This record gives sequence, C-alpha cells and structure tokens, in this order.
Amino acid sequence: MNGPLVTAEVIRDQEVIMNEVAYVIWNGTPLKSEVIRIRGRLVDIQVFESTTGLKVGDEVNFSQELLSATLGPGILGQIYDGLQNPLNMLENSQGFFLKRGQYVNSLDHTNKWDFTPSAARGDHVKAGHYLGYVPEGIFQHHIVVPLSYVGVGKIVEIAAQGSYTIRDPIAVLRNEDGEHFSVTMEQKWPVKIPIRTYKERLLPSRPLLTQCRLIDVFFPLAEGGTACIPGPFGAGKTVLQQIISRYAEADIVIIVACGERAGEVVETIREFPELEDPKTGKSLMDRTVIICNTSSMPVAAREASIYTGITIGEYFRQIGMKVLLLADSTSRWAQALRESSARMEEIPGEEAFPAYLESRIAALYERAGLVKLYNETTGSLTIVGNVSPAGGNFEEPVTQNTLKVVGAFYGLSRSRSDQRRYPAIDPLISWSLYLRQLEESLCERHPNWIDLVEEAQSLLYRGSEVHQMMLVVGEEGVSVDDLVVYLKADAVDAICLQQDAFDKIERATSKERQVSDFLLLMDMVHHPFSFESKEQAKKEMTNIQNIFFQMKYAPFQQEAYQNYRKEIKAILGKGVSPE
Amino acid sequence: MIIEHSRITLIQGDIIAVPANGIQYGELAVVRSKRKTSLAQVIRLRGDEVFLQVFAGSRGVATGDQVRFLGHPMQVAFGDDMLGRVFNGSGDPIDDGPDLKSLPRLDIGGPSVNPVRRVIPRGFIETRVPMIDVFNPLVESQKLPIFAAAGEPYNQLLARIGIRADADVVILGGIGIKFDEYLKFRIAFERAGVSPRTIMFIHTASDPVVERLLVPDMALAVAEQFGVRGKRVLVLLTDMTAFADAMKEIAISMDQVPSNLGYPGSLYSDLAARYEKAVDFEGAGSITILAVTTMPGDDVTHPVPDNTGYITEGQFYLKKGVIEPFGSLSRLKQLVIGKVTREDHGYIMNSMIRLFAKSRDVEQKLAMGFEKTAEDERYLKYGQLFYERFMDLEVDIGINEALDLGWETLKECFTPDEVGIKQEFIDRYWPKASA
Repeated sequence: MNGPLVTAEVIRDQEVIMNEVAYVIWNGTPLKSEVIRIRGRLVDIQVFESTTGLKVGDEVNFSQELLSATLGPGILGQIYDGLQNPLNMLENSQGFFLKRGQYVNSLDHTNKWDFTPSAARGDHVKAGHYLGYVPEGIFQHHIVVPLSYVGVGKIVEIAAQGSYTIRDPIAVLRNEDGEHFSVTMEQKWPVKIPIRTYKERLLPSRPLLTQCRLIDVFFPLAEGGTACIPGPFGAGKTVLQQIISRYAEADIVIIVACGERAGEVVETIREFPELEDPKTGKSLMDRTVIICNTSSMPVAAREASIYTGITIGEYFRQIGMKVLLLADSTSRWAQALRESSARMEEIPGEEAFPAYLESRIAALYERAGLVKLYNETTGSLTIVGNVSPAGGNFEEPVTQNTLKVVGAFYGLSRSRSDQRRYPAIDPLISWSLYLRQLEESLCERHPNWIDLVEEAQSLLYRGSEVHQMMLVVGEEGVSVDDLVVYLKADAVDAICLQQDAFDKIERATSKERQVSDFLLLMDMVHHPFSFESKEQAKKEMTNIQNIFFQMKYAPFQQEAYQNYRKEIKAILGKGVSPE
Repeated sequence: MIIEHSRITLIQGDIIAVPANGIQYGELAVVRSKRKTSLAQVIRLRGDEVFLQVFAGSRGVATGDQVRFLGHPMQVAFGDDMLGRVFNGSGDPIDDGPDLKSLPRLDIGGPSVNPVRRVIPRGFIETRVPMIDVFNPLVESQKLPIFAAAGEPYNQLLARIGIRADADVVILGGIGIKFDEYLKFRIAFERAGVSPRTIMFIHTASDPVVERLLVPDMALAVAEQFGVRGKRVLVLLTDMTAFADAMKEIAISMDQVPSNLGYPGSLYSDLAARYEKAVDFEGAGSITILAVTTMPGDDVTHPVPDNTGYITEGQFYLKKGVIEPFGSLSRLKQLVIGKVTREDHGYIMNSMIRLFAKSRDVEQKLAMGFEKTAEDERYLKYGQLFYERFMDLEVDIGINEALDLGWETLKECFTPDEVGIKQEFIDRYWPKASA
C-alpha cells in the first residue's frame, strides 16, 4: 500500500475487469476504488478516499461493474462530487466534513415524474431511441432505450401516461432471441467509454454564442467544438469561465471544478440559484450541473470527475440538448494522472507526466461533438477546458498536447491582466479554427463578416508593431499614419475586446448587438482620417473612442444608444454598417 | 494491543523498514534507540514489510532498535488549555508549562469540508497594516501567501499581524525557522500581551526534517476545532517553502519520480490540502491562513510559489522591506470593500494606487534625465508621503484612520478634479480647508 494505491491479491480464477469498481473494506466501511492495473494475481487499485488506517490483509470486494455515471431525470441542478455523490445529500448526514466511505444515490428515486410515452407497443427500437418524455424544469427530458442495450428490441409493453419514479419499469423490450428487458428511467453508463448511439457525427457549423465579444467576434466557438483557456494564475481564467457559464447560449451547462479552490465553487453554488437565466427567466441552477472535486478532496477521484462530467454531457446530447461543459482545470486532472502513474512506478515522460498523457487528452476532447440523432434532430456537446500551466509557460506538456486537439485557443496573458484589459485573452496569440469553418453561418451576419474580422485581427497586429516601435523610438519617431494605425488598434481593443464583467449591460452582449456594434466599429477602422498633426490625431481619436465607450454602457437600441450611434455616424459618414 | 519489533531491515534517508503484520496505513510508532526515542509514521506497506518515516531522523538508529506501533495515526492535543503555549513539531510542549496529557487528542490531516457547507466569505480582518487593510484587505477565511525573497522582514510582518489582527485565536506554525526567529516571535507576543490568545507550533531549522511536515497539519487541525466552535482563527505559517523542501527530501528518499526541480508530482495537491483548510463555516467560526512562501532566487515561477499562486486567493509581495502595491492582490477584496468597510474605501484605494503608479512613472522619467516640471514635483511629494504614511511597515493605524489619512494625503498634493473620484464622495470626504 502506497498512498491511495493499494495492491490486492485475488483468489485464483477470479475474474477481474480493468477499470472495474472495487471496494476496500476499512473497519467494515467499504471505500470505493478503481482497478487500474492487473499483473497476474496482483491487482493495483486506486482508492478514491484517504487510505489511512487500512491494513495488509484487509478485504477487497470486486463489483464486476465499471466506474459508471447514473443518468436520468433529476440530474439538473445537482451538485456532485467527482464520483457523482450529491453533496447536498451528504450535507444532511455528514455535518461540516466529508467523511470516508459514504455513498449516496446520485438521483432521487422517490420523486415521481410525469411520463408521457412517445413510442408504441410493437415498435422496434435500438439503444438511444426515444420511448417517451418527462417534464424537467424548462425541458422535456426524453427517456431513451438504455444506451448500453445491445441489438434491436421490440416494445412488448410501455407504460401509460402517469407518474413514475426513476426505478419504476416504463417499458419492456424483447430482443431477437426472445429475452425480455425491463426499462427504467434511470440508467448507468461507464464514464470512460464514449457514448456513440447516434446516427452520425456532423461537422460543427454553427457558432455557440458566449456573449463575450472577444470570443464571439474574433475567435468564435463552435457548437460541438472544443476550446482551451490556458493562463498563468491571476489572469482571470476562472472569472472568464464563470461569465461563460452564466451567459453562454446553451441549453445545459456542466461545470466541472476539478482540483480548484473550494471558494470558487461556493460562489457558483450560492449565487447561481439566485441568478436568473435571461433566456427562460428561471434560476440559472435549473440548467446547470456542478461536479466538484476541489483541490483538497481526494486526488484519485479527481481523474474520475472530468469523465463523470463528460458522460453526463453526452447523455444530455443524446436527448437532443445543446450542452456546454466547462472544466477548470484540466491541468489538475493531468496532475492526478501523473500522481497515480508515479505510484505505479511507470517510466515517466516529459515533466514526469505519463507517456499516455497526449492520448488521454486527445480522447477527452474528442468526446465533444455535434451529432445527428436517430430521430434526425441534433444534439451537441461543447468542451472548454482551462489549463493552468506551471509558471505561466505555455510550452509545458499539458498546454501543448491540448493545443493539438482543440479547435480554439484562448491564451490569457499576464501583461493584459496587469493592464486591467479584461478578459485578458491575448488577441495576438489566440486563434480559432472555427472562424473559417463557420463561414456560412457567420456570413448571415454580414456578407463580408469573415473578411472584416480578419481585417480587424490584422489591424491589431499592425497596431502592436507600431506600439513596439514607439517603445523604442518614442512617439516622435513614428509617422502620423502609423500613429493612426496604433490609435485605431487601441480603439478596437478598448471598445470591442475589453468587456466589463461587472457592468449589467456590458457583461453580456447579444448577437444582434455584436453585429451592429462591430460593423460600426469597422466603419471607424475604414475611415480615412486625415490629421494635420499627431496632437490632432490623438485628440480626435480619443474623442471618437470615448463616444464608442459611452455607447457600450447604454442599453441596446434605446434612446441613449441611438444618440451615440448617430453621433458616431455623423463623424464617419457612410460605411458597412446599416443606417 | 501493542506489538514491539526489533529487526529493522532497511534504513535509507529518514525511512526505515521493519517486518510486521496487521499494521494500519498512516499509523504511528515509537522508535527507541540507545540515544533517543522518536515517533515514526507508516508511509508504505508492502506485504509484511512496513516502511516508516522517522520524525527525529534516522541518524543513530540501529538495526536492532525497538519499534513499537501505537495503533493510531498522528494526533494532537486540543483544548482551551493550549492557548498561550508553545509546542514542537511532534506536538509536545516546549515551554515550562504543565503537560497536557489530559486533553483530548484529535487526528491531524482530517477530511475536507463539504463545499456546500461553506459560505461566501464576508468578514473583514483588520490588521492595522494600511497596505493590507486599505489596498488588499484580508477577508475572513481567505488563504494568502506572502511572497518574499530571503532576507526580507517577513517574520516581523507576520508577528505584527499576529499581534494586531482582529481575531479570536492566532496560531503560529513555524516551519524550519531559526531559533532566534522563534524567540523574536515569542518575545513580541509576550510584550504585546497577546500570548493568551496565541498557540505556537515551532519547528526550528535544527529539528529533524520530517517533523516539518507535521507543523501545518497540527496547527490547522487545532484551528479547525476552534473554528467549528465558533472562533475566528488566524493561522500564520512560516515558511511554506521549507515545508515543500521537506516533502521533496522525503519523496526522493522514497525513490519517487520527481516532476519539477526535484519536487514530487503531488506538490500541488499537498499544498492545496493545507491551504484549503481555510474556511468560513456556515453558522460557526472561520479559519484564515497567512503563509510566508520564500521565493528561491526571487523567482515567482519557482514551483513552490507558482503552485501556491494557483491555490491561494491572491498574494502579497514583500520587496525591499515593504508590501509592493503592484502585483499584490487580494482576490476576495471586493467582498468587503465598501460593504463591510466604509463606502469611500474603493474610491480611495483605486485613486491612490493610480496616482502612486503615476508618481513611479515620474521617478522613472526623471531618472532618464528629463526636466522636472511643477506637476512632477507634486507627484514626487505624493510618492514620498505615500511611502511614509502607508507603505512603511512601522505604520500602525486602523482602517478608518487610514482612509482619512488617504484623503488628507490627496488633499496635500492634488486638487479634487485630479484624483478622479465621484463628485458625491469628494463633497462628503474631501478635507475642509483648515483640517
């Protein structure tokens, strides 16, 4: 026994499954664990709890089941630990501290749900086909044939409309061999295996609106795509994720707090129930699932927490939802892999991370995607992972391996956060492969949308070059034209990229407003200002920037907003933006 | 049942191995040799071989020495009688007071707090250090490191905060500190008359390395019990880099694969397990942690400060004897500024920092040989006053006094329209003519 790693000897002929759940018995209390290596009769088990007090000779029970998530109505609004124990339930029985060996049902099986069947007796169904639905909060939660069901089954019985618990049988299927199978609303799925019971995977072609302008306009995120947010500590990763979790236009948001501060989770837990979802008017918690394994909770369960989150995400995708999963932070997950690898005395790779780090990261992000379901509707799972690189250095293995597999990269920089330019995503190093991929959808905003965005991006580069030059030769050393480039770039930065997370109007920008404001801004960029002197240039650019700035805080389309807009139009004249 | 064993099969670093059965993981044992007796903890079990980490070090341990297993993990005494006392890294009193054998004992390194039983921090802890109170206030249940290079007066700062801070119980954990430093802490606390609310766990640099690992756990286990009982506890730790170094030493002598500069891969989790003990209990007390982290080579990207920065809620930089206003950050400050503290707090804070940044710019400009203007003169004066009245660690004023002094200082150097504060607050707080 070494830390959370326990080696057990099994009786001859006992079958042991890789990654199966085992329970190590500590003074009569079973401690949940996972099989992570088998060598002959020796089985290495990773215990998800503290192993203090275990003895050589203690018993281990094998469950013959893989580590699984429990899926069904009742997940929404829950706060789970990494193994899907609802923390609220633990609260009632445990007091302040989390005790070992306490496992509670993930879903409430006494609650009754109003089931309406949508399939009929005699229908032939496969795993993932809809049988009916129950209302859950603002959604219709479709009940599907268990995702693990093999082959085609014929419905021989289906429940009538009425109230059922998640453990009541709602249908009976008979397969080709004549075996009967009883379906309940609750089902289990092993967390480390992707759910693939859909018709086909599609190329992500629609943007997922986050209401953060820097992302939506400059580096769009695709529905069903992936992105990573690396950044040094204190650069605002977590604030950015919190903003996305609140305002992103997804049906369901899953927050995986993986090895991060408990305080941050507390803010989410305490504030979300009080915040209103702008789309539905209900509490934000109704569309949120939180999975938290904070930094002081057992490391072994940290690895499982992300998989648990993704499995829940895939389940909701399966019932036609637009799911966004935010993982903060994948570095802690990678560190958990590193810790267990070191205990197993595997040969280490770069920075002592295991050699399989790359494939694990790739497999994780590959579970995102936009899919067409059997009933021709779509569902999607979008994954955004935070990365916390050691020393803020992006060259380290976790960041680099993540960059290989994601579709968008939002790199936070210390220098931008020091300048209080929030969100501190550095536009000079960030990228999104989705800008071109989403061309068709984005060009509905404006026929030249992509060109305009690229033009703005290149302006930022040129502005930064001029700025570098000015740092060396001073303002005197650059031409008026160069200075104007710099001032325009600075204006684009201040007006469009920077977004005040604490202002009621500013913190979230709708798609319509993004289009309208960005096109107007591009008119400013295109405008051939002719200035006599640098002083005049600075003065007038400051003036126009200020009007734009005031407009940011005015409610969209209301009088103040229209007035600022007119004022700007008067200066700029005709352009790409509508009158 | 107490079993004795007297055949040590391996001694490597501070790790020993003995053959034994029925031993629990994490259990404590006593190793008795001719010269000394030490506690040891089980850190690995392999078949009937038990690996122990000897707290007092393995020097002088003989293969024939006796190892007696105690059947329980490391524990620490707990009770009100601990107040005013000093303990060593094994939890034994090292002052002249009575022994505390009658007190109940609790296991150290207990489970973590259920996140749903935490509340959003909302209490302000006044330290009477204006650079903290005004610019980066300490919030109850916050965990904050003080990043400093060797030679900075971090222990003086910590002692000062320990004396002045508005808390019910102050627990000092000294990890690998010099004996002189310990004496300085003790004398300072005694002189200020705050000893009765203070508990010290002191591991000095000459004590065995393994004991270093226990100090934070003991300090925090005791803090937790006071917290659950409704006390507002402030835990001061110095120096967490020494703690990390001890972990490195043990990990390497256990043949663990090092990850970065020799530190074990679990460094983040190990540090987090300690810092995360900071908590505001729903309906009870709180634990606030202030911990010195020395930066080897003054390098903040060194693994210890770097991992710490990801765990804690901000940081203070101690540079050239003062708390650096730029770079220092209290992430929870917006929870108390202007809410618990006076309404003008936020405005004074932002305005004073912005003007101080400008005064630094002016200094730089002058250093490059540019001409001094009348305006520069005022900024220089402001910079000077700011240093004397706020940054100097000797300054000892409460928050409201400090805010008033802030207004006063602004008035001495600037006109109301230069400070960029809402008119409403200028009207209310700008010192009147003769003030």
